[in-house]
Formats: sequence, structure tokens, C-alpha cells
Amino acid sequence: MGGVSVAPTEIERPESSEVPVEVPEPDVPWATVVHNDPVNLMSYVTYVFQSYFGYPKEKAKKLMRDVHHKGRAVVSTGSREEMERDVQAMHGYGLWATLTQER
Amino acid sequence: MAAEFTATGDGGAAVPLDEVEISILRSLAVQLLELLGPGEEPAHGEDPLAALFTEGPSEPPSDPALARLLPDAYQGPDVDPGRVDEETHAASADFRRYTENDLRARKRADALVVVRKLDGLDVGAHGGAVLTLDGDESRQWLGALNDLRLAIGSRLEVTDEDDGGGLYALPDDDPRKPMVMAYLWLGALQETLIETLSV
Repeated sequence: MGGVSVAPTEIERPESSEVPVEVPEPDVPWATVVHNDPVNLMSYVTYVFQSYFGYPKEKAKKLMRDVHHKGRAVVSTGSREEMERDVQAMHGYGLWATLTQER
Repeated sequence: MAAEFTATGDGGAAVPLDEVEISILRSLAVQLLELLGPGEEPAHGEDPLAALFTEGPSEPPSDPALARLLPDAYQGPDVDPGRVDEETHAASADFRRYTENDLRARKRADALVVVRKLDGLDVGAHGGAVLTLDGDESRQWLGALNDLRLAIGSRLEVTDEDDGGGLYALPDDDPRKPMVMAYLWLGALQETLIETLSV
């Protein structure tokens, strides 16, 4: 099979490229996780999921119940920047949210 | 103290409050403002644009109530802060540096609306008034009521149990009793305000 080789050709690199190059993060989605707390009202948490994310009432309620019973729930996924925005918004509403990278 | 918000029909909400309720709410909102601290308003004669580039703190507040209002973005309540790796700690610090000032400003603005609306009430001879909020004010009040409950709940160490960890059945002479009563009252106010906003 003497096809065309796709192996990279040896290139003479200048000395400076010996410095470790920052590897770009793989395109793994990030998630916004909302944590349970004993103070926030269930109706309030549902209200926040409806009004900020625009989720229908049933979905918002299901997420609220997950937070309440399982202690935490993933409420949105996306790029790191988008999730930082969502986490910041949740903190604005008084919900404790964190960012995690889904693996 | 059984105040309930009702919808006004045009997206707003109203609640009758007596003098004592007005004074308790105002005092709590002022305490919340004190907890949040002064704003980052530029000093007189200073470039207002400079405030936009002012970085916030990188470490969480030491006061647990304030720390709950300004939570960590990479470590949930289930994480032992002593066992956090360097990368997570750095991400938390960065996030806080760039967002905490805005978050404080929002919470301060919400609490200020509470104080201003209460100060604008015309308390009649019968010792009460009807507070009326438009839709935007309702949302700000909702935020402030929630922040107040978070702060008080943190002080009282409210737990997830149905009886709030025994807090809801305290004897009358317990020093925490007035704060628990205020906490439950704020919860009822918040609950009825949410009902008027329900989507």
C-alpha cells in the first residue's frame, strides 16, 4: 500500500519552540451545576429555572426536585464562557451554582 | 405577621404592611446593605471608567453569611476547601475577581429598592400602608427577600430537616426566636410574591 504518507515531515524548528507549547483544551463541554441548600424555597428555584433558562414549568420542576433530592443537578451545558455566564446569573439569584467540565 | 402579596393584575404585586412590619423589613434590608459593604462608586473627581476595570477580591469573604451570598464558582458546598487542587483554586479566584463586584452591586441595588419603597410609604393614622410594586420592583424585592433569607439562614444555621433542625420549635425565651420568626415571615412574603410572578 505505498499510498501518500500523512506522517508529518520532520521540520527544523527554531530553538524557541522547545518551550512547552500550551495545549489547547479539548472540546469537552462544560456544565452548570446547581447545589441544594436548606434555605432556597422550592417554588423560588423552579421560578429561577423558568425565568432565566426559559425552561417549561415541568422541566424546571424536575430539575428543582433533582437538586432537592439528589443534592445537585446539571441545569445547562455549553462552552466554558456560556457556563460562566450561567453560574454568574445563578449567583445573582442566590442559588449556589458551580462550573464543571463534563468528562 | 401574616402579610401576603397579591397580584395587581398589571404584572405588579401589593401587600398591606403595618408599622412594625415596615420597620422590621427596613432594618433587615439596611443590615443586608451593611453586610454587602459599600459600593465601588468612583471617588469624586475620579474617572468613572476606572471603576469598570477595578478588579474584585480573589478570596471568598470570611463571614459565612456573606460567603453564602457570594459563593464559589468552582467548588460546591460539598467540597472541603482544604482539599481543593491548585487549578480549581486559581479558577475560583479568577472568577471571583471578575464577577464579585457586579454581584455585590446587583444585590445592593435590590436591597436599596426595598429601603426606598418602604421609605416612600405613607403610613396613615391606622399605622399601616399598602406597598405596591411594579414588575421590575417585584423582581428586585424577590432577590432581596431571598438574599435576606440566605443571610439569616446562614446565621441561624438552618438545616434541610423539616423542622429546620429544631429551630421552628424553639421555646419563647430562646434568643434566636425573634430571628426565626422573621426568617419564617420573610419566607411567607417571598412565597406569595413568587406566586404573583409565576410564569
